[in-house]
Amino acid sequence: MEKMPKWADVVLIPLISLFLAAVLSALVILGIGEDPVAAVKLMVDGALGSSYGWGYTLYYATNFMFTGLAVAVAAHAGLFNIGGEGQAMLGGLGVAVICLFIPWPHWSLALIFAALAAGLFGAAWAAIPAYLQAKRGSHIVITTIMFNFIAAAVLNYLLVNQLRPVGSMDPASARFAEAVHLPSLHEMLAPLGIAFSKSAPANVSLLVALAACILVWVLIWRTSLGFEIRAFGKSEPGARYAGISPVKITMIAMLISGALAGMMATNNVMGEAERLVLNSTEGAGFIGIAVALMGRNHPFGVFLAAILFGFLYQGGAELALWTKIPRELIVVIQALVILFTGALDNMVRMPLERIFLAFRKEAK
Amino acid sequence: MTLMKSLMGAAASLALTAGAALAEPALIFDLGGKFDKSFNEAAHNGASRWAEETGGSYREIELQSEAQREQALRRFAEAGANPVITMGFAMADPLSTVAADYPDTKFVAVDVTWLDANNIRQIGFAEHEGSYLVGMMAAMASKSDTVGFIGGMDIPLIRHFACGYAQGAKAVNPDINIVANMTGTTPAAWNDPVKGSELTKAQISQGADVIYAAAGGTGVGVLQTAADEGILSIGVDSNQNHLHPGKVLTSMLKRVDVAVYEAMKAGTDLETGVFTMGLAEEGVGYALDDNNAPLVSSDMQSAVDDARSKIISGDINVASYYENDSCPALSF
Repeated sequence: MEKMPKWADVVLIPLISLFLAAVLSALVILGIGEDPVAAVKLMVDGALGSSYGWGYTLYYATNFMFTGLAVAVAAHAGLFNIGGEGQAMLGGLGVAVICLFIPWPHWSLALIFAALAAGLFGAAWAAIPAYLQAKRGSHIVITTIMFNFIAAAVLNYLLVNQLRPVGSMDPASARFAEAVHLPSLHEMLAPLGIAFSKSAPANVSLLVALAACILVWVLIWRTSLGFEIRAFGKSEPGARYAGISPVKITMIAMLISGALAGMMATNNVMGEAERLVLNSTEGAGFIGIAVALMGRNHPFGVFLAAILFGFLYQGGAELALWTKIPRELIVVIQALVILFTGALDNMVRMPLERIFLAFRKEAK
Repeated sequence: MTLMKSLMGAAASLALTAGAALAEPALIFDLGGKFDKSFNEAAHNGASRWAEETGGSYREIELQSEAQREQALRRFAEAGANPVITMGFAMADPLSTVAADYPDTKFVAVDVTWLDANNIRQIGFAEHEGSYLVGMMAAMASKSDTVGFIGGMDIPLIRHFACGYAQGAKAVNPDINIVANMTGTTPAAWNDPVKGSELTKAQISQGADVIYAAAGGTGVGVLQTAADEGILSIGVDSNQNHLHPGKVLTSMLKRVDVAVYEAMKAGTDLETGVFTMGLAEEGVGYALDDNNAPLVSSDMQSAVDDARSKIISGDINVASYYENDSCPALSF
């Protein structure tokens, strides 16, 4: 079976999908009587036109990088982890415990231990579905998605009954101490003489996310464990025949996946809110699925897709702020992009493949 | 109508030219969205009333994410919007950091009363007092001596509603049975009419024949099912009597619309500080109109009005759930 050239698979298909989503979105905007050109301009200006916009875009992108990597690692083992949302919630709990109850002398130390705790909590939350899949054959899709609801209930119980400061009405923990405040991009870039918006929430955990991208790449393509994960994902009987333990790989892949999702909390809980709120993950765990799909489960692809979704989120916020476009339609626009880049992938791929094959035959 | 349309079109195109400094008010809706038939919609109604009466325009945003709270505050303040009106207690934390950065901008915080800043008008409502009154009405209307409460998300604010309601019901009938359920533990619980309907049926099977819904959009399902099953329901925040005329006993009014309208009317001359809107200030109350008049007997009305004046005078003290995070009349 002949294949398309790699550049077409990796670059052309996402671009065509994006283009189609953009055209449909423009029609939607036209349909409600707004100007699509002005809307796009507003989105691009608002998300990428200033250091303020970039600060928000990168903040969202950091979240999506973590959850996208989480989905990607599990996907390489043939496991569909839909539980990124719950794992990230529990990660937030880990960060909150570390930041609330230990008086840290410096943020860097706190960040290391908060990331560890977030990873640990996230991994622990993924461990139960992983064990059930590995030992009992309970389908991971069902169990991870159910664990999202359990996570929400656990968090709600703890926030309302345990972590909420006395007299506060908000189901949220107390604010973290000043010492664990993570430097924002503004504070990091100021010594280098680069002016960056002060109010944007992007922070040092962006670097943690980038490091995670590189580490995942090393893990998947440069270690024997990564090879085992990929082999298991491609064919379980084959992997078993080669002496790879399905239980071990399922557990390890899910633990890594859960840890990555959990570590998202260094960004949204420790970096932005600086306290644990009930709604801290806001669907980033689910967006991670789209990010991984669009990024072809490759860390670099995840990185690019995360930036794109960060742009959509921040651009959508700008639309909500300055136009009368209702927020439901902004969700529609975001959903169209997910639909085309994720679910309708084959719609673009199959005709394109045919075109390439036709050209190739003519060339012969 | 066409004039209105072209005006709206002009406003929309104006809004597209972002960043222009205009001293118009801005309104930030909470995550529930402005058409939640309840809390946020009341704010929307107040703002629309102001816009219609004065011909003024205002900016608005329906929040989609937590990170947007601070973002929206800063962007509106930087664009010169004044006052910036926020909905819901979750805005307290971002306001506590942002308000100080814009000393010339006035902020309004609905459902927030504990911040320390001199450019915020903080408006709290005594929901337990209003809930007490509708609790009395529920107990009087109930024939089975069982009344129900369906809350949205299980948070202190909703327990506060339930607690006032239970106290009112017990004031009428100390032996009354109160069935209380929360729809859920996630923000989705504010907008789940199907679950609201299921809970209503479950409470009916336990004998409840009057059910009070304090659940945002979920309450629409509660009121619908109560009407279908032939029992009474009680609406919340906005006057919801008209949703099912003759089937909704009353609605616990929380006059968010008045608070927003007055804030916009005062404009930049807005008085800041902490304001509590209870029964005395007519910030909360029960709704009586043509739709529920046949349901409210004169005995009921005089008893409730009597309690109302006693609460205002201090003869009746309705315990607040916040005081010690527990309720004397109901356990959760």
